[in-house]
Formats: sequence, structure tokens, C-alpha cells
Amino acid sequence: MAQATADHGEHEATTTGLNHRKMLMWAFLGSDCMFFGSLIATYLVYKGRSLEGPLPIDVFSIPTTSVSTFVLLMSSMSMVLAYSALRRNRMKTFRVWLASTAIMGMTFLAFQVFEFRVFANHEVVVDCHAPIGELSIVELSVRNDKTVGCEATGHDEVEKQVGLTPKTNLFGSTFFTLTGFHGAHVTLGVIWLLTMFFLSFKKGMVTPERNLDLDLAALYWHFVDIVWIIIFTVVYLFGVFPGFA
Amino acid sequence: MTQESQAIQHEAAHPTPGTYFKIAMVLSILTAIEVGIFYLEFLSYGIIPILVLLSGAKFILVCMYYMHLKFDDRIFSTMFVAGLITAAGVTLALMTLFSFFA
Amino acid sequence: MASAVGAVGAAGHASTESGVWSWITTVDHKRIGILYGVSAILFFLLGGSEAFLIRMQLASADADLISSGVFSQLFTMHALTMVFLAIMPLGAAFFNFLIPLQIGARDVAFPRLNALSYWLFLFGAILLNSSFVFGGAPDAGWFAYANLTSSTYSPGDSMDYFTLGLLVLGISSLAAALNFVVTILNMRAPGMTLMRMPVFTWMALVVSFLLVFALPILTVGLIELLFWRFFDMPFFSAEFGGDPLLWQHIFWLFGHPEVYILILPAMGIVSEILPTFSRKPLFGYTAVVFAGVSIAFLGFAVWAHHMFTVGLGPVAIAAFSASTMLIAVPTGIKVFNWMGTIWGGSLDLRTPMLFAIGFIALFTIGGLSGVMHAAASSDAQQQDTYFIVAHIHYVLFGGAIVAVIGGIYYWFPKFSGHMYNETVGKINFWLMFLGMNLTFFPMHFLGLDGMPRRIYTYDANMGWDLWNGVATMGSLVLGLSFLIFIYNMVTSWLNGEPAEADPWDGRTLEWSIASPPPEYNFEEIPIVYDRDAWWAEKRGKVQHGVPVGGGSGEEEHSIHMPQPSYWPIVVSIGLIIASYGLVYNSGNFIVATIGLLVGIFGVYAWSFEPVNDPE
Repeated sequence: MAQATADHGEHEATTTGLNHRKMLMWAFLGSDCMFFGSLIATYLVYKGRSLEGPLPIDVFSIPTTSVSTFVLLMSSMSMVLAYSALRRNRMKTFRVWLASTAIMGMTFLAFQVFEFRVFANHEVVVDCHAPIGELSIVELSVRNDKTVGCEATGHDEVEKQVGLTPKTNLFGSTFFTLTGFHGAHVTLGVIWLLTMFFLSFKKGMVTPERNLDLDLAALYWHFVDIVWIIIFTVVYLFGVFPGFA
Repeated sequence: MTQESQAIQHEAAHPTPGTYFKIAMVLSILTAIEVGIFYLEFLSYGIIPILVLLSGAKFILVCMYYMHLKFDDRIFSTMFVAGLITAAGVTLALMTLFSFFA
Repeated sequence: MASAVGAVGAAGHASTESGVWSWITTVDHKRIGILYGVSAILFFLLGGSEAFLIRMQLASADADLISSGVFSQLFTMHALTMVFLAIMPLGAAFFNFLIPLQIGARDVAFPRLNALSYWLFLFGAILLNSSFVFGGAPDAGWFAYANLTSSTYSPGDSMDYFTLGLLVLGISSLAAALNFVVTILNMRAPGMTLMRMPVFTWMALVVSFLLVFALPILTVGLIELLFWRFFDMPFFSAEFGGDPLLWQHIFWLFGHPEVYILILPAMGIVSEILPTFSRKPLFGYTAVVFAGVSIAFLGFAVWAHHMFTVGLGPVAIAAFSASTMLIAVPTGIKVFNWMGTIWGGSLDLRTPMLFAIGFIALFTIGGLSGVMHAAASSDAQQQDTYFIVAHIHYVLFGGAIVAVIGGIYYWFPKFSGHMYNETVGKINFWLMFLGMNLTFFPMHFLGLDGMPRRIYTYDANMGWDLWNGVATMGSLVLGLSFLIFIYNMVTSWLNGEPAEADPWDGRTLEWSIASPPPEYNFEEIPIVYDRDAWWAEKRGKVQHGVPVGGGSGEEEHSIHMPQPSYWPIVVSIGLIIASYGLVYNSGNFIVATIGLLVGIFGVYAWSFEPVNDPE
């Protein structure tokens, strides 16, 4: 993190001329690729193997997640602008961009908490006159429910709360583990960025000469963003795609 | 080459805020296309390669410019890409073994 | 632990400070290397005692020395201890002590991170072993296959000790691996190109990359196992559509690279010993290096050969069979190059050389039975029998341990400053060689006779008494050879003759400085003109190095060494409190949170601790 070693500029007195800490960060990111890769692999291996719903097609709301994806993408932009401002010693601009990056990160997390809660309280509404072939697994189970189902109640439309939790099915386990660990990465990033933000008010802690400290935080932040780019496509978009359900 | 001239060259290589902003616009547009394409039902399975390409493009843009891999030493790219390829290989191998594509 | 540390400190290691506190706060790579080594040997003795109990139980048919439940704990903990608490940290001990010396550096790139790795290793090891006291050790085998590990079949806390212990050890190894990647790439002395690096350092680099890429897979598997047990998330539950086989795939995706993580340092050690005592440069240096690199690459593509009998289907079996056989090629290249190194050399058969040659013989036997397993149809007969047990002990004992003991003898003068007793060393070797073959060779016969592994006793009619008896006799000889080893180490360290800087006419840079090395290692950072840099300099091939400081004309007296720090141990204590909180009764989250807060506090304090800054 914000180690008190001085940054010697771009060229270092090391064998490769590269900074130790920057190399450590890149090796760590390579390792973290494997971490998220394994989580995504588990998710994909179990895709379509859940025995009961709700499934992605039941719970995902692409418009909502598109907004949070957009927020995270824009936080990457403000991160890089904060870095650029610091290098040119524009401290006020730097602080504005850094704070907005952290705020967008928190917005993304808020979206995630909201989404998790909605999934957990998922309501299934079934039109009893709809053709059975068009119903998803979970809709079918509600339709045929012995207490609130169509035949049991005789209503035209029935509803039941079928929440998605990590325990519900394989989709719930793999989805919440993957996105939960991504959320944990974002949380750590927000704490890191806020630390840098408050340090910048202390003299000599965040300076253009020591831009490497911010550079490392930025690399981490962008990495968390690109992991989400993959999760959004592979989990959300492919998840709702009918051919993949 | 002296250290200073290297540093100056490096400085010149870093893009301006304007470039960063333009890249953000491209990223937004690509995301919008992704979401838009998703609702075009006639594409059917065709959306899979399109979405893979689009998100791959976003991924590469962020790596190259925001994470400035384009301007940094190849060692960094090698370490990162090695992790990326291994992760992709492991994922594809496991999907194959669990008959995902069957 | 404290007494062992005290003994090492009292033995007069060349350092400005001594006493327990100086060892707790040390960030000196040489001291951390010694801490790793001493702890690993202690855990090795523990794992060895567990193996000895197993052999006593199996010495004859229908024995009832140990109950079946305790037996399961013993074989599980024996494997976990040997793999994660003995061989891996012994490798780490060599990495720590040798890499900065071999590349001409004053320390590793991140000294405090290095200390963190050690303390996390020690506390993780204690966490794992404390399960013996708190209600029973893990007993599902070291690869802990699902369903055995579910909360139904492993109801107590034992598997949680396994999960959290390995998670903590994983963080330790990952931190160390990242540290060594940066150290090796970034801290080489001027002139030391990659292809001038000693082979040991090369293998350390390869192992570090293997750890960086393989450990996260295990981490994910352990997290899923933890969530499965703690929160009933149905990761491996068949009744939810889950597949217990996924655990096997994840485990071996990590587990097979792990095999090379264990053996490649040993190959590096042997590649250092053989040329020195053959008075010849290593034969085919480039081939040996690239063989090591390609073993690492292939190591990621062979994992399912541990699972040939689970029903993978013919295509997958053929593919994994072929990739496994392919690994024999780079391994064979290495073996032939070692023989090429010995061939025509003027051999000096001192103790380290005997161990190195013994390694080639024993490892080749293990390698050959490995190729037998690669043939899937033959493997179907050998799966889960003592034939497998024989194979892994030939590669991990005959390979890794024999090479590591040889390495300890080879570098003993360097890290202790004393000479070991040559006669006792040779007795040590021959007893170990004899005991090793007596113990493990008969297991080939037992396995082909159909004796399954992990059974706690067997019927007298099976006809397995004879070879089991021989194996148990062999384990007595092995135990004796280890007592002799410990005796030689302790007496030599206390009373051995003082060692010269370069007792073997060594080839690499660590022999160019005093034994034991001063805290700052090199007065002047050496300039490297050749492979076998120190030989080249001694043979007068190069003019003497010009002093090169930190790059900017440093003064003679301004060698900056990193300052001691106690934050690494504070962070480790925080993490270990958190782990105990999670383990206790399947999750005491208040304790876990307190531990986490201590850890976070430690990380912040660490970040703002003023470090020795040259400016």
C-alpha cells in the first residue's frame, strides 16, 4: 500500500529498470486472474445443472445491471484522470477525480447489495392460462404448487416468493460466490482509494513524485473493472440468453 | 540514452486526459451495443461471438490504456497475459470435461 | 519453537544482534531462511513419527496397535505435514538463504513481506496441527475428496482445520512466491543475465511462477469447501445436481503443479552440487533450464491422470495419458544432463555428492513407475494401491528429501560457519539410502499384489506380511539415519571446525563471501561476466569487480539494510486469530472479526512504518 519508500521516477536502479512494487502488483494481478478464472470456471461448469429455480433468466434484470456496469466503467475513467492530474501536480483536480472514483465504487456496491436483496425476495407471478411449454422451471413449480398453485387455488394468476440465496441451488452458490468475491475486491479498492484521498491532505504523503503509490491503487482498480467486464458478459448477458438457459 | 531523456520520452508516451475521455466514450458505446444487441432476437446464437468480441475489445482497451500496458515493459504484459491464458485454458478444459459443449 | 530459535541464536550466527526479540522482528533473508529450515525439520520429524506409527501398525497382519480412526488421522496428517510443512518450507528455506547470495543482492525485494510469509507459515502449521488437541485431526486423506469432507461425513471441526490451515499456508506461499519473482527478476547483480543465473535460482523462479498461478485454484476450491460446510452452499452435493468430481478436478489442477513445486527445487540443488564435485560446468545448462521451464508448462495440462478411474471417457483419458507421457521427455533430458556432468569429471565423493548421485538413481526409479501410471489401462490396476505409495515416496523421499538433505550438507558451512563431520555424513547417506529402499521398494510388490492404500490392517491370509515386515524394518533404518543426521547437524554447529569462505571451490557467488555471510552479504556488489561467476573470477578470466553501489556512487559506509519490524508478526497473529475464530464450532464470527481487525490494523501500521530510506 502507501509505503513510505520514495519513487525514483520512471527508471529504477534495478536489473530490469522496473520498480519492485509495480512488478509485484502485476505478478499479483496475474495470480488474481487465476482466482477469478477458477470461480468463473465453477460457475460455467454448473451452468444449467441446477435442479430447481430460480435461474438467471428468472432473476436477472439486464437494464439494472447495465447501469451499475456503466458506473464501474466510468469509475475507471475517473481513476485514470485522477492519476493523470496527480502527475501534472493539479492537486484539486486530482482529489475531485479520486473522490468520484471512490463514490462510483460505492454506488456499484450499493447496486450489488440492492440486487442481492431483490434476488433473495424474488416473487414469481404465473398466468395460469399461459401454455405450459413457455414456463420456466421455477414458474412451473409455482403453477403446480400444492397450496398456492393454479389448481389448488383456482385463480387466473398465482404468485409465490421463491427467493434466490446461496443455498437455493448451484446457480445461487456459484453466482453469489463469484460476484461476492468481486464485491469484496471492490470494497478493498474503495478503502484503498479513500485512504489515498485522506492522505492527500497531509503534506508530502501524496505527491507527483510519489505517483507510483496511486498508480498501484489504479492498476488494482482497473483490474477489478475488467473482471466485471467479463462477469457482465459471461454471467449476466449469457445467463439470460435463451439458448444458454 | 540518459535517464532524463528516457523519462521525458516516457512522459510523452502517456496519453492526455482527452485521450482517456475518448476511450471512456468508446467503452460506453461498446457497452451500449452489447446491451442493445442482446435484445435483437433474430441474431440467435450469433450474439455469442459478437458479445465475446465486444467485451474482449473493452477488456483490451482498459488494459492497454488505463493500465498503460501499451507503454510499459513487456515483462508486465507477459505476467498478466500468462495468468489470463492459464485461467482461460483451465476454464475451457473444465467446461469440456463437464460436457458443457456437448 | 522458542528454544530452537534460542539455540540457533546462541550458536553465534554472524549478526549485529541476538536474542529472541531480534529473531521475532528479523527481516534478514538469511535468518528467515534458517527459521524456515529449523521449523521445517521439526515438522519433518513430526510427520516422520506419524509415518513410523503407521508402519508399526502395518508391520504384521491383524494388528491392533492403533484404531482405524486414529490411523486415518495419521495418514492424512503425515501427507499434509510432509507436503506443506516440511518439503515446501525446506524449499523456501533454501530460496530465502541462497537466492540473494546467488544473484549478488543484499536482501530480497520485500524483506518485511518475507517475514510475513514465514510467520504465516509457522502459525498456519500450528493451526493445522492443533486439531490433534481440539477434537481430532483431519482424516479424509490429504486430497480430501468430497463427499468424505461434507458436514454429514466429517461432522466435527477437523476438516475446517484442514481448510483454514491450507488457506493460511496458501497466503504465506503466495506472498513468498511473488517476493521471489520480483527478487530474481529485479535484483540480479550487474552482468547476471537470465542465462547466467545458477540453475538453482532458475528453478526457484520457475517454482515461484508455478505457485503464483496454481495456488489461486486451491484457494477457490478451499473457499467452496468452506462455504459448503459452513453455509450449506451445495457446491459438491449430488442431491442438488452438484458434482463431487469437481473438487477432484480443482484439487488436482493445483495438486499436479504442486508436485513440481516440490521437486524442482530439489532438481536445482542437485544441479548445483554435481558440477562442483565433478569439477566440470553443468553439462547442457540451457537444456536443463528449458527442461525445467517446460516441465512447469506441462504441469498444468496433466492433472486428470490422478483421476483415470473416475470415468472421464476415452478421449479425455487418451489426452491426459499422452500429456503425462510427454513430461517424461524434459525430465529425461535433465537426468541425462546430470549424467553428462558426472561423465569424465574428477569426482570428489563427499557427502553432498553422494546424496546428489543417490537422488538421480532414486528419482529415476520413481520416474519410471510414474510413466507406468501414465498408461491409463495399467493405472487402473495400480490406482489406490501401495504401488502408488511406492511411486510417490520414490519421487518425494528419494527425490525431494534426499536432494534437500544433500543440499543442507552442501551449504552447511555457508549458513553455520562450521564444517560438518564427513564420516558421520557418509554413514548418514548409506543408512538413508538403504533404509529408503528397504521401506519403499517392497511397496511395489504389495501394490501389485493388490494391497490398497489407507487400510489400517489386513488379514493374515492375504500374504502381505513379509513385505510389510520388511518395510517396517526399513523405516527403523530410516529413522536411525535421521537421528544421525540431527546429531551431525547439532554437534557440528556447536563444535565443528570453522568453515572457510569457499570450502568446496564453489562456482557461484555465495562462495565468494565469508561463512557465515555478514548481514549485508556483499561489501561490493559483484559484477558478473560469466556463468559459474565465481569460478570465472577465481580462474582469472575476469578483472576484479569495480564497486557498484545502489547506482549512484554510494560511499563505502552507506550500506543500507532494511530495519527490523514487528508488524509482519502482528498481521500474522491477527489472521491466525481470525482463522481460529472461524474454525471454532464452525464459526465464531466475533473472534474472527477481532482477528481481522488486528490484521487490518497491522497492515496500516506496516504501510506507514518509516523504512530505511536511502534519500
